[in-house]
Amino acid sequence: MRELTHLEQLEAEAIYIMREVAAECEKPVMLYSIGKDSSVMLHLALKAFYPEKPPFPFLHIDTTWKFQEMIAFRDHTAKRLGIEMLVYTNKEGVRDGINPFDHGSAYTDIMKTQALKQALDQYGFTAAFGGGRRDEEKSRAKERIFSFRNAQHAWDPKNQRPEMWKLYNTKIRKGESIRIFPLSNWTEKDIWQYIRQEMIEIVPLYYAKERPVVYRDGNIIMVDDDRMQLGHDEKVEWKKVRFRTLGCYPLTGGVESEADTLDAIIEETLQAITSERTSRVIDHEAAGSMERRKREGYF
Amino acid sequence: MKSLLKFITCGSVDDGKSTLIGHMLYDAKLIFADQEKALELDSKIGSREGKIDYSLLLDGLMAEREQGITIDVAYRYFTTEKRSFIVADTPGHEEYTRNMAVGASFADVAVILIDATQGMLIQTRRHIRICSLMGIRHFVFAINKMDLVHYDKGIYNKIAKEVKRFVNEFEIASIQMIPVSATEGDNITGSSSAMPWYHGTTLLTYLENIEITGLNTEDGFVMAIQRVSRPNHRFRGFQGQISAGEVCVGDEITVLPSHEHAKVAEIYVTDQKEESAQAGQPVTIQLDREIDISRGCVICKSGSIKAANLLTAKMLWMDDESLVPGRNYWIKLGTRLLPASVMDIKYRIDVNSGDQLPAEQLYKNELAVCDIMLSEKCVVDAFENSKDLGSFIFVNRVTNMTSACGTVEHTLRRSDNLVWQETDITKQIRAEQKNQATKTIWFTGLSGSGKSTLANALEKRLVAMGKHTMLLDGDNIRMGLNRNLGFTEVDRVENIRRIAEVAKLMNDAGLIVLTAFISPYRKDRENARDIIGEDFFEVYVSTPLAECERRDVKGLYKKARKGEIPNFTGISSPYEAPLAPDLVIDTQKMDLEEAVTLMIEKLDMVDS
Repeated sequence: MRELTHLEQLEAEAIYIMREVAAECEKPVMLYSIGKDSSVMLHLALKAFYPEKPPFPFLHIDTTWKFQEMIAFRDHTAKRLGIEMLVYTNKEGVRDGINPFDHGSAYTDIMKTQALKQALDQYGFTAAFGGGRRDEEKSRAKERIFSFRNAQHAWDPKNQRPEMWKLYNTKIRKGESIRIFPLSNWTEKDIWQYIRQEMIEIVPLYYAKERPVVYRDGNIIMVDDDRMQLGHDEKVEWKKVRFRTLGCYPLTGGVESEADTLDAIIEETLQAITSERTSRVIDHEAAGSMERRKREGYF
Repeated sequence: MKSLLKFITCGSVDDGKSTLIGHMLYDAKLIFADQEKALELDSKIGSREGKIDYSLLLDGLMAEREQGITIDVAYRYFTTEKRSFIVADTPGHEEYTRNMAVGASFADVAVILIDATQGMLIQTRRHIRICSLMGIRHFVFAINKMDLVHYDKGIYNKIAKEVKRFVNEFEIASIQMIPVSATEGDNITGSSSAMPWYHGTTLLTYLENIEITGLNTEDGFVMAIQRVSRPNHRFRGFQGQISAGEVCVGDEITVLPSHEHAKVAEIYVTDQKEESAQAGQPVTIQLDREIDISRGCVICKSGSIKAANLLTAKMLWMDDESLVPGRNYWIKLGTRLLPASVMDIKYRIDVNSGDQLPAEQLYKNELAVCDIMLSEKCVVDAFENSKDLGSFIFVNRVTNMTSACGTVEHTLRRSDNLVWQETDITKQIRAEQKNQATKTIWFTGLSGSGKSTLANALEKRLVAMGKHTMLLDGDNIRMGLNRNLGFTEVDRVENIRRIAEVAKLMNDAGLIVLTAFISPYRKDRENARDIIGEDFFEVYVSTPLAECERRDVKGLYKKARKGEIPNFTGISSPYEAPLAPDLVIDTQKMDLEEAVTLMIEKLDMVDS
């Protein structure tokens, strides 16, 4: 017998977790954000239940401000794999014209956090997989793999259920739910190495390419459609950029890069001097902002 | 590819755990530039006057930064030339012992910090004990704050000796002592010039090189079934992660607890069809014949593992509610979830001295050895043989809290002279065993108002929810227990009194009782409330007389109007409506389903 490799161990742990949820939770769903972590999650779900299809649907919370390439990738992926892809948008938010330019953090709350809660309530999901990793942010580093939420979807960091060995407690009361993070113990580097090893398809935005961008508050923002609001002194330039994380295009900073192959991306990641979430504009707002949003029900 | 080492840092509060890890990451250049910047920024407003406070790298929660302590486990990930690491940095406060245990269950190696100015503390001893309980067999002791004792060799030697004496009683595969200073960085990643008398390894070198051996000595093939996959009628695969050993296509396997045999027909390792698979891999296995296998069964090759419903185990209690022997919990063991009770707390373990102390109950953060009874036989092994089949958690059946964790020492047979601890089985224990809170739901109202119909419908809903109930009505009371009573005032009072006493007994048995009697007099119902106590829940079925008379299901009103029935409530005898019932239901205003849903809500029985 041989010792399993680092990636094999992480893969086995994630698959074990997914099967536990499928076996014990009443109505699970897998959150699908279209990003690279979601691509890995989807890939793991396909492997975990093979030859059976994953025994739960996938859910994308569409803020209507995602990159166009992300939406195309989502639809193509769902069709290619024959999986059930639910798409939910906060219609009141759209009606009220909530957008990332004028509404700041209220936008994230209404179009992401509230939309997610509405979707989970509407479908009655009791368990939701997310792709969060503990290496991303300090409050995530302390969250359990099975993260209990009360009927208001709130997380109580001071009273987390102990989580021992592989013995996950999935017991909840009506109205309560569990968020599950099978990638908790993966690092960004593990994700990229796994994508290479398994040849997982990811959104082309991760690869460097000439794209129309503006420089704003130290971030490189891509002009993905004509809804982009430009300041007087802002000029659209064509630059070779790529994205390390994906979200709503006006809130996602790119990096100038020549990395247009997977190996080049991994090479660049290994030498990264800026940790991943720096490119998400919202995390800068206040110290502890991620923890506060999680308590309010954000993933 | 590099191997992965999971380790935990622990020790008493202020021993400098977070600082140690922070410093290791910083020295080894394993933190990102922006984190480094944030760290220096945070330090300026912190208490170390502009010097870098390395612990800020790890104490992530707002409450922790405010209080300056570590509440919960933080996981950190780093890689050196030689190895990948996951470190669980755990809280030192006794209050958060359970979070420390979470980190220990995950780790292969424990780095125990000891403050050189203080020596071993109770909390240090508690942590060593819990690490051992959770399965850690490799220990490294970092004697910290050596800078504060002038790097004195004598002080180090004295503490090292104390540690060796203490760990003697535990199963340990390897032990290492290192004198360090977490704030100054001595012997963390590089050798210390301040302690030329120490010739041993630095902490990082130790972690890069330690070989892990220990638990899971079971070498035959063992796998607990997580899930049965049936995508179509031709495919039936058993999914799980192999706990130990290897399995090949064609191997003869045994299914436990049924002891049926079959041969392995196909193996999928994730989505790849393979000829064999080994410990640690997630697989889907198909067998050559149809046998009854479900989640919780175990398939294996050797015959040494057995099913049992009685076992002796070491437990760590983690709930604010204490453990009472006899009370029913969910136990999760392997992939099984079933009811279980502690029959006897054999002894509590003093965390400091290791002494065995008698105990009637077990409180938060206490360790004990207990005899446990499972509701049915379950495949189980000693923890020393199998981490997967020898570890378990207890879940509170009412609050769903993970109340305890434990490891199996050995199984017991009936003949092993079992004794139940002197326990009074209380009403609460009986009710919890049924996973419910007791109530007597007392329906009152005119004849024909709908009491029986409501009580019947409510009882059906409760039973469908898995509750244990009893309905008392004219049919089962008047014909038996109260056969000797007539309809005089004295008899009516006695009738109600007996019903209330029976309801109380049934509440004491842990049941939810429903009664459907006219019970027209306020005084009698008050009497019933006194007898039954706080379980009494009065439902006034307020359907008006005219409507009851219109319905006249049994033709009684017609007879009463003709004077054929004396003392008929509402016609020739008064009905005293309740002044402050717990609930009023007018059957004219809502349909049966709505009424039942309303009652379930008001009774607070909505969940589970």
